[in-house]
Amino acid sequence: MPTNPNITDNKLEKALPLSENNYLKSIKGFFEEVTLLTKFTIRFFKEVVKPPYEFNELTKQSYLIGYKSFPLVAITGFIMGLVLTIQSRPTLAQFGAESWLPAMVAVSIIREIGPVITALIFAGKVGSGIGAELASMKVTEQIDAMEVSGINPFKYLVVTRVLSATLMLPVLVIVADVISLYGAYIGVNLKGDVNFHLFFVKVFEKLTFMDVFPALIKTFFFGFIIALISCYKGYNSNKGTVGVGQSANAAVVYASLMIFIIDMIAVQITSLFIK
Amino acid sequence: METTVAEITHLKKSFGSNDVLKDISFKIDQGENLAILGKSGSGKSVLIKCLVGLIEPDEGKVILLGEDISELDNEGLNLLRKKIGFLFQSAALYDSMTVGENLAFPLRDLKSKPKEEIDTLVMEALENVGLADAIHKMPAELSGGMRKRVGLARTLILKPEIILYDEPTTGLDPITSREISQLIVDIQKKYNTASIIITHDIECVRITANRMIIIKDGESVAEGTYEELSKSKDEWVNSFFK
Repeated sequence: MPTNPNITDNKLEKALPLSENNYLKSIKGFFEEVTLLTKFTIRFFKEVVKPPYEFNELTKQSYLIGYKSFPLVAITGFIMGLVLTIQSRPTLAQFGAESWLPAMVAVSIIREIGPVITALIFAGKVGSGIGAELASMKVTEQIDAMEVSGINPFKYLVVTRVLSATLMLPVLVIVADVISLYGAYIGVNLKGDVNFHLFFVKVFEKLTFMDVFPALIKTFFFGFIIALISCYKGYNSNKGTVGVGQSANAAVVYASLMIFIIDMIAVQITSLFIK
Repeated sequence: METTVAEITHLKKSFGSNDVLKDISFKIDQGENLAILGKSGSGKSVLIKCLVGLIEPDEGKVILLGEDISELDNEGLNLLRKKIGFLFQSAALYDSMTVGENLAFPLRDLKSKPKEEIDTLVMEALENVGLADAIHKMPAELSGGMRKRVGLARTLILKPEIILYDEPTTGLDPITSREISQLIVDIQKKYNTASIIITHDIECVRITANRMIIIKDGESVAEGTYEELSKSKDEWVNSFFK
């Protein structure tokens, strides 16, 4: 590969200033961030049990976070089921196992694809929204205004959003799973002829409690971590209008990463109980 | 007899190596308007945020309505804050709420009050600032002057004993600035509130202040009435009046 003779090792070092000092700064920054997020989480658990409770705001946020996300989740769920079925059919056909298609797609959707894809969509829509909203409230002093009015902004803004997301994501995942299975039914019938009743008999023949239950439980954790990280990023935004974009972006990136980490842990725990 | 409602003694605040407030002390009596004048970056906004506990001072005492804010817990501070109004530079209206909801928001803890009574209080506060017809508007539909007026109405709704104004006329045209300044005076006369007005607008000081303090680099350099300080021989103090 031809190299540019003008770029010497020295110049490259200056262009990419990854000195030991910078590594130390990054590591220190990482641990500072983890400490602050831990304090934020502890504050959430303290505030969530302490009255007064913000039921009206909780209902409003559940409507905005849950109900308003329904169309997006429904469309992606349907496409997810349809595409997975179409893509899986040729491989199963090679082994003469086309009759396994409904069961295989159902287990994939319920156990893994439904919760993870829905959580990622949720992080993109709701996480970025919360991050940007709280950051802009911070920048325009609306959070300070709440505080000087004698109202606890953490309880009003953070607790309600985190609780709503924790409760709404599992509902959305159930909706996405059901619509996704319907998409799979359409996918099966594109090149075959399986009636609605037979399709779902085949699906529920193979699905067990241990497929559904752990998958549903992990969605509570997904919802919690998405909203918590988004609130943390928005609530602590401090770089003016630039910070609003950065908070929204960071909320989605870190929440998405945490979804995969929680999923990995959940799979490990589940595998202890399923032989 | 005049009652002191706020007493600030030897207030100091630094951010890293930057000493923003070096040594600020002053008192304010019931029904008095005190203007704190200084150039941008002189520590005015930090000072006003220290007064309500939004920023914790490094040294010094802030006694508001007889209570030392450094000795209050969160609940005590919240109770005290309900007796203190704060008008932010940007008005800080809640974007997701209508003007009426913005005004009713600080009253939400008063669950004993029936909705009709809250509606009456909201309307009364809006009438005080001449914006009764804006009750159903969203903050984004309001001009800069209207936002300041709504912010002031929201501040007034809890009938505060002290009002803190952070740059009340910044970003407004001269006519609207005068209207807001006059409104501050009207509120002082109507409710006998004490006010601390942080500003760099000398015209606002002339209209509103009974007394003024000029701060430079986090230190108080002159104190007196508008008339007294306008005749100051100090070149720096005099520069505000040119």
